[in-house]
Order: sequence, then structure tokens, then C-alpha cells
Amino acid sequence: MSAELTQSGAEILLRALKDQGVEVIFGYPGGAVLPIYDALFKQNAIRHVLVRQEGGAVHAAEGYARSTGKVGVVLVTSGPGATNAVTGLVDALMDSIPIICLTGQVPTHLIGNDAFQEADTTGITRPATKHNYLVKRGEDLARIVHEAFYVARSGRPGPVVIDLPKDIVINPAPYAEPTFSHPSYRPRTEPDLGQIAKAVALMKQAKRPMIYAGGGVINSGPQASETLTKLARLTGFPITNTLMGLGCYPASDPQFLGMLGMHGTYEANLAMHGCDMLLAVGARFDDRVTGRLNAFSQDSRKIHIDIDGSSINKNVPVEVPIIADAGKALDALLAAWEASDAPVDKPALATWWRQIDEWKAKDSLKFTQNMTRGSIIKPQYAIQRLFEITRARKQEVFITTEVGQHQMWAAQHFHFEKPNRWMTSGGLGTMGYGLPAAMGVQIAHPDALVIDIAGEASILMNIQEMGTLSQYRLPVKVFILNNQYMGMVRQWQELLHGSRYSETYSAALPDFVKLADAFHATGMRAQTVDELDDVINAMLDCPTAVIADIAVDQAENCFPMIPSGAAHNQMLLGPEHEASGVGVTDAGMALV
Amino acid sequence: MLSPTDTTPRSATISVLVDNESGVLARVIGLFSGRGYNIDSLTVAPVDAAGMHSRINVVTSGTSMVIEQIKAQLDRLVPVHRVADLTMDGPHVARELALVKVIGTGEKRVEAMRIADTFRAHVVDTTLGSFVFELTGATDKIDAFIELMRDLGLAEVSRSGIAALARGSRVI
Repeated sequence: MSAELTQSGAEILLRALKDQGVEVIFGYPGGAVLPIYDALFKQNAIRHVLVRQEGGAVHAAEGYARSTGKVGVVLVTSGPGATNAVTGLVDALMDSIPIICLTGQVPTHLIGNDAFQEADTTGITRPATKHNYLVKRGEDLARIVHEAFYVARSGRPGPVVIDLPKDIVINPAPYAEPTFSHPSYRPRTEPDLGQIAKAVALMKQAKRPMIYAGGGVINSGPQASETLTKLARLTGFPITNTLMGLGCYPASDPQFLGMLGMHGTYEANLAMHGCDMLLAVGARFDDRVTGRLNAFSQDSRKIHIDIDGSSINKNVPVEVPIIADAGKALDALLAAWEASDAPVDKPALATWWRQIDEWKAKDSLKFTQNMTRGSIIKPQYAIQRLFEITRARKQEVFITTEVGQHQMWAAQHFHFEKPNRWMTSGGLGTMGYGLPAAMGVQIAHPDALVIDIAGEASILMNIQEMGTLSQYRLPVKVFILNNQYMGMVRQWQELLHGSRYSETYSAALPDFVKLADAFHATGMRAQTVDELDDVINAMLDCPTAVIADIAVDQAENCFPMIPSGAAHNQMLLGPEHEASGVGVTDAGMALV
Repeated sequence: MLSPTDTTPRSATISVLVDNESGVLARVIGLFSGRGYNIDSLTVAPVDAAGMHSRINVVTSGTSMVIEQIKAQLDRLVPVHRVADLTMDGPHVARELALVKVIGTGEKRVEAMRIADTFRAHVVDTTLGSFVFELTGATDKIDAFIELMRDLGLAEVSRSGIAALARGSRVI
């Protein structure tokens, strides 16, 4: 070590973060990270947001990352700090969210010694992250931080853990400038033009085309959503979005068929089932999307654009795989489509649209709200009004959700015109995601309207973050659809387990209005349909954080629904429709 | 195009060139166990002069879709430089080393020695009542040798798992 090393590891760490463009860290202090907190105290470039539990820090960083396209940064202590962060890490891994999670660790000489607050963080988080590092030497610190950012944000984004032993952040360390490459990790982003040509040939021949776009389009940046919209309009093809992809195509566009999958629209799922050419962009053929695999879109020739080669041919074999960044591949497709003079079968496309319009006419998201004074609120209606009222106010709106029925109703009835406005836990399905995620969104967009559409069960999983909202005066609106049940589980029990509602009724819910008050927020409640609009307006007008407790119909189920183990054309429709589709098979019962 | 209806499993010898850093083997093994892939054999050792890179050889089995998935999953691990499917990419040689302890006296001991000669096994340790044979070869050859030793006092076996290279001038 030469004498010119004047900065501690903690200072070097912060310098590297600053050079990576980090403005905010979500974290929680503890013994092993005290030197880092001391260094944070002495500077002003990076802001720290103190959460109330480490799990909240990771979801907050996810909300921050998803609403900005930047990398979210988390700082937690060793042992329980790190283990509390694990759920958020897996959530970010499943949903491809770029996160850097800095975890404290006991000093290097105590590692493996069962020291106080020691956990094998790199061991525990190995399958929970895209990659992880244990910094064993001060001279590696800055390089590892830069490399970690490169890994987190490039290719298919994901969470990266850097485990920092206490002596490494205390002792002096040298600095290294950022790097933008890696000797072995070199994700492919440029499409193969031969494959693009094959794709355009398939698209031109299509009689019943369909575009299926997911979160990869959003991860590629806003430009990719614009190119996708251009391509869809140019081709005239119908398009559906996954849960993760909502917002990458404007929901108000007539070519948009809504979300597909287990609770997707009738038209989106039947178009997937009946198409003869499927263009999948940044979507991974998840089981919630495909239903029964051997009945999934059997007659279609498939093109699959994905930046992650392991997503291709994983569940569904495709004819034209294109491993590339979604935006770059879409640019190339658009250019090749425009350059091609191959004819398009317009009459076939018109016939296909007539068929789709018939399916659309079924209005599969239909529900009936009794408007008589004193009537109970339908959860779908609550979301519909929330959407209509916020739209009329023309404010920038960001929506997060928890997990369950309310999440699916929000996906169905709240419509997005732009990417990065919809933050929900898709792959992992993490209850408790929405409130901390909304917190992260609000930090990134202080003047925007940020609403967590929640259920009364999910919200309690990270309710402590109301304290963070209060501390930083974040005016997040928590809009609870309160049916006193873990609604989605209750729905499965009704449909699959003979209405035996085992442990899904919440018998001792808190008074959410008083709870808001206790956290220095504003509480409000709507119990009948005539109270709903006033509560929504009061919530939106309120300058502070709000918990709006909306009592909704306890018996309402989320439809349409493709039961586990069923195919896209075996959808269950709601009570508004004549019974159709099939029940659940024994094989389906065993699926999740 | 891969077919999901092709359910015939095949064996694949996959070589993976990785950074020689701590945790890299755990990453690879964790990938196999976490995703439910088989490991029939596994070897790992540094293979360059500087000790910067290690080569992991895995023998696994699965349908063609599963094997393709295994390769893609390995390929996206950050410290992985290259993934090669030696079984698919062309002819290859695969060898393993076994140490086989046989305890016995009299005619059985003589017979064990005779068979070891036939298999070109070396005696690397001996006492009046035991041999340790060293044998290299393809997996089926070693299986056959061990099978023959079973009646001749086979006591203990230690096998390395396979090391493999493509034939000819091809390198991964």
C-alpha cells in the first residue's frame, strides 16, 4: 500500500457509486455498515432514504429503477439485514430489474466463524441474484462496484449483491475508473439480420398475426415502446401485453387487445390461441401466460426476440429466435418490413380482425355495479373510477400494486399509455411489494401522483413503510380494495377446494383510517358506491400520504380466468356471461 | 427446430470454461440442482498456466430441449467464458481415472492381476493382501473393470469423473 491512499474503502465505495450516477440509496444501518454510514454522513452527493425494514429497501429500489430506467441501489447490514433483502432480490431477478444491493459483512478474519450477525450472504444470494461478489481485498473494491453496475444494467437486467466485509470499508483502498466491458460477460444486443429477414418473411405471409410484447420492451428504454407502436401500426397486427409489459403499447389504441394470460382478456387469449404467426418481443412464455403448454398457440409459426438466450426455447419452441435487445431488434424489424416488397395478405388480415372484433364484443371484463345509494362497491368499479378520475386530472400517474385479485383488476381496468408507469411484482408475486415500490417511485418523481393499488392483506406485509412516507413527506396514495379476504386465495378455494375458506379470512383487521393517523398520514374510507368518487377526489387532493380504505364486495371473483392446466380457449368467464369453458382438471389442481 | 414432443433423453458432455474464482463451482452446481438437471459426472481444475481459468466438464442427460436450456443457462453466468457441447459439436474423447482397491489372496489375487494387465491398469500400491490399481479410459471400460473385480475382492473405488476434449484441431 502506498502512502497516497488517503480514502477509506467506504469513501471509495461512495465515489464509485457517484461515478455510476447514483443519486439515492435505500437502506438501513447496522454494525457491519457503520463505516459506510459514517462516510454517507460526511457527503452530500448521494441521498440516503431510511426504510423501516430491509425488504422495503429492495422493493423501493425496484420502484425507483422501474419508473426511471436507472439502477436502484440498496444498502443493508450483514446477517439479518442481508437475509431480509432476499425476497426483494428474487423479485428483481424474476422481473429483470437492475438493482445493486450492498450488504455489510463481518470482517474478513471472522468470516466462517459464526460471528455476530454473520450470514453466508454470497451463498444465500447466489440463486437470488444475477451475480454476486464478496470483496476480499481493498484493491478490488472500486473495480467490483463498477463491474457490478455493468452486470446489473446490461443484457437482461437483474440484481447484483456486493458483500462488503467491515475491514474492507474501513481500510484505505485505491480508486479505479468505471469500466464498460467484462472479459466473459458480453451480452448480445445486436440482432442477426438474417434472422430479422426470416422474421419479416413470416410476418408478411401471416394470415392471422399476433404480437405478444412483455417487460423486455420496457427494459430496453422508452424508444423501444415507440418503435413497437410504429411497427404494430404499420403492420396492422393485433397486439397484447404481458402483465410486465403493460404500458409498452398505448392501451387506448384500437389494435391493443389488453393483457393476456390467466386473467387476460377473452380476445387476447383467443387471438393467441388462433393466430398463425406469433411475434414475441421481450416476453418469456411464462406459465401464467401460456396456460397448458401442449395446447398453447399450436398453429402459429413463432418469432421470439429476447436478450436472454435462455428464455428462448425454454417453454415453447420457436422457429425464428432472435437474441437481441428488444429495441434494436424492433428497429431492425421495422426497417426490414419497410424495405420488403413482399405482399401482405390484406383480406386475410381483415377477416382475422373481424374474428377478433367478435371476441372483443364479448366484453370479457364486464361487471355490473349497482349504482343505488348504499350499494356495495365492486372492486373493478373502484379501479375504473380511480382511472377515470386521475385521467381527467391529466396528472402524471404511476401505479404500483401488491399481489392478488386487486393486482389483476388493476391490470385489467387501469390503462397505461406509456412505459415505466406500472410497477407490479410479476414473476415472484410478492405481497407487500406495492407500498415500498411506490415509495421508490415517489422519490424518483416527487411531483407525480403515485398510487399503490393494494389489498388489505398485502398492505400489512410492509405496512411499516408508512413511517418512511411520513419521514420523507412522500405523498403516496394507498388505495386499498378491502374485501377482508386474501381474495385470490379465497377465489381458488371457492373454485378448486369446495369453498372451504381455510385461513383466508382476516378476522382482526386494523382500522386503516386510525392506522394512517398513527403514521402521520391521512386516512379515509368509502363503504358504499355513493361515497367512492368523493373519497378518490379527497385522496388525490390531499397533500400528504393517504390510506384510502375502500370496502368492496367480498364475494367478487377475478374473471376471465384460465384455470391452471387449461388452454387459452378454455377460459372461465364471469357471472355476467353465460357459463363457458371447462372446469379444473385433477392435473390442473396440482399446478400453482 | 426443437420439439417439445421429443422426450428421448440423450447424454451430453458439456465443457465450460470459467474464471478460476471462488464460488464459481457452486454457481454451476447450484444451477444444476436449482433447475433440476442431472449431473452424471463432474470434473473441475485450472487449465491455463496463470491459473486464471478453470475447465468444468459435466456429463448430463435430458431431452434436447433440456440440454439446450442447460447450455443457455450456463452461458449466461457472469464468470463463464465458453460453453461447448462436446457430444453435439463433433467427435470427442472422454477419459476418466479410477483408483480401485482389491483385497484378496491366492488365486483371486492372481486373477485380479491378470485382468488388470488386460485392462492396462497399473499397480500403484501393493501389500501382501491388497492392490490399488490405477486405470484410465472411457467410462464404460472402467465400469467393466470394476464389475470384474467385484468377485475378486473389490473393496473401494475412487473415480475422477471425466475429462474431455474435442478430437482433431478443434478447441472450445
